[in-house]
Amino acid sequence: MNKTYNQKAWFFVIPVFVLVAFNAVVPLMTVVNYSFQETFGSNVFAWEGTRWFKQILHSERFHASLGRQFIFTFIILLIQLPLGIAIALTMPKKGWGVPVCLILMSMPLLIPWNVVGAMWNIFALPDIGFLGNSLNSLGFDYNFTQQSGDAWFTTILMDVWHWTSLVVLLSYAGLNSIQPAYYQAAEIDGASRWDIFRYIELPKMKKVLTLAILLRFMDSFMIYTEPFVLTGGGPGNATNFLSLDLVKMALGQFDLGPAAAMSLIYFLIVLLICWVFYSLMMKNEGRT
Amino acid sequence: MAKITLKELSHSYLSKQSNDADWALRGVNIDWKDGGAYALLGPSGCGKTTLLNIISGLLKPTQGEILFDDKEVTALNPVERDIAQIFQFPVIYDTMTVYENLAFPLKNRGLSKEEIDSKVKEIGEMLELTSTLNNKAAGLTADGKQKISLGRGLVRSDVNVIMFDEPLTVIDPHLKWVLRSKLKELHQKINRTMIYVTHDQIEALTFADEVVVMHEGQIVQTGTPVELFEKPKHTFVGHFIGSPGMNILPCEITNGQINFEGKIIPSNNSFKKTNFSKTQLGIRPEFIKFSNDGIKVKIKRVSDTGRHKVIDTECSSGSIKILANGNTEIPSDSAHITFEQKYTYVYGDDWIVE
Repeated sequence: MNKTYNQKAWFFVIPVFVLVAFNAVVPLMTVVNYSFQETFGSNVFAWEGTRWFKQILHSERFHASLGRQFIFTFIILLIQLPLGIAIALTMPKKGWGVPVCLILMSMPLLIPWNVVGAMWNIFALPDIGFLGNSLNSLGFDYNFTQQSGDAWFTTILMDVWHWTSLVVLLSYAGLNSIQPAYYQAAEIDGASRWDIFRYIELPKMKKVLTLAILLRFMDSFMIYTEPFVLTGGGPGNATNFLSLDLVKMALGQFDLGPAAAMSLIYFLIVLLICWVFYSLMMKNEGRT
Repeated sequence: MAKITLKELSHSYLSKQSNDADWALRGVNIDWKDGGAYALLGPSGCGKTTLLNIISGLLKPTQGEILFDDKEVTALNPVERDIAQIFQFPVIYDTMTVYENLAFPLKNRGLSKEEIDSKVKEIGEMLELTSTLNNKAAGLTADGKQKISLGRGLVRSDVNVIMFDEPLTVIDPHLKWVLRSKLKELHQKINRTMIYVTHDQIEALTFADEVVVMHEGQIVQTGTPVELFEKPKHTFVGHFIGSPGMNILPCEITNGQINFEGKIIPSNNSFKKTNFSKTQLGIRPEFIKFSNDGIKVKIKRVSDTGRHKVIDTECSSGSIKILANGNTEIPSDSAHITFEQKYTYVYGDDWIVE
């Protein structure tokens, strides 16, 4: 077959290249640049090689915030996934309840993140907040600004409130795409409710749940705004998650080199976990 | 195995019904013999799937009752009714192997491992699935998946009735023949009552001993394929069965005789009742002959299908289709035609007049 070669088509791609260059490649390369050099401002740089990377990888501070980050992400996935699926299963499939539920579910997702943080900060204040005050008057010694357990509890509760809806909406879409014949066949086959969930609903939701896990993993692993407003990483370093720590290092201490190295390590961790997880989930999907 | 009786069955998907169109099914009465092969035939939206789902117990009818072997089952669920149903689209459990899929309905009914194993292997062999039994069901082709659906229905030996809801829709044409003859063969082998829903007249006529034709939620005729062809009781049956369908033409009854285009058409009956809002004459294209006198028609078009010629003609009351042998001489411009007396029927308000 004779193909017509016409290289002029490349010109059409140039705008995209320029756009991507300015919003992704150039900033990323700046970070790479910082991560290998020392700077004292006024554009004076000194080559440092892999020093910052070694420093970060051996830093106890980095290990601690990375550990906190993993624990936080693990806990919220553990809560939000089952809870989201459970809520989606109980949502109505038709009638006026559908729009009501969908709107209620979308609300938390539409609130700006710093507002979520501010809302929960006020909501949880031990003296005047509804949650904090109620817990204290019920006899619990609750103060999220001073006790690290309470700070964790509040941060997790806030994230569950803010993001479970996303899992719900994705699961609900997955559930609704199941043909009624599957339920009818299962009824005729004498399947129990658990069987229906295990053999029909869960396999049919596999793709949306993969998506839900990926999105929730990435967002929670990079969480910044809400805990910044709610706890500011405190008390002490109790809720000092990875991106909070990164910002403190970069803008608080102005350690640009180590912060850049940390950014890259952070980025590679997220990329690696997503890639491994996605490949595992989609291993058997291409086959027909 | 069971004989099935439906008494005055009506169903509506609405909570309030004001006119006929609100009913998906209207006054359905059926008696089906034990071990028969039946087909429900009708166009999309005629109520055949509704009727099937009511028989299987997936739907509760608004009115009427269902009896299996003279025992009322109207309030029972599908498991209690002990039926099998195969759906239009293959329903398989993706995460299970072919073997586990076939074993699933038996496992849920608490059969022993040995019993399950022998039955699954038997059905696997019958449907030629033996070599794929240990494969994941999700990896099969559409017809392989539909075979699994069939298998899950057939694997239980005790079912009262096996129902098929357009099971061959997603299957390739050349495999349709194979699976259809397989079903027919299975029916002869296991001798269970089978109900087959389809909108394809060839599927219905080749599968069933008796075909039930449905139209707008009603049964318009029940009969053998030959009866449906030779003596349609409703204009819809005449129209729907046969290719091309029956010619339905406006006519009048005068002195008990058919008056069409000012001519008296010979018929088997003398008609007494004439006060219909719509009186029509029905004649199949197969039973029209060219002759020297009779009704004058203009020849519009001749399509040659190989063995037959379909001739489109027109008279002043409308168009008439004629089916003639491939070697028939076709008059060129205008011609005269006569209707075979035995197969000329009169329909009053769409129902046959006798």
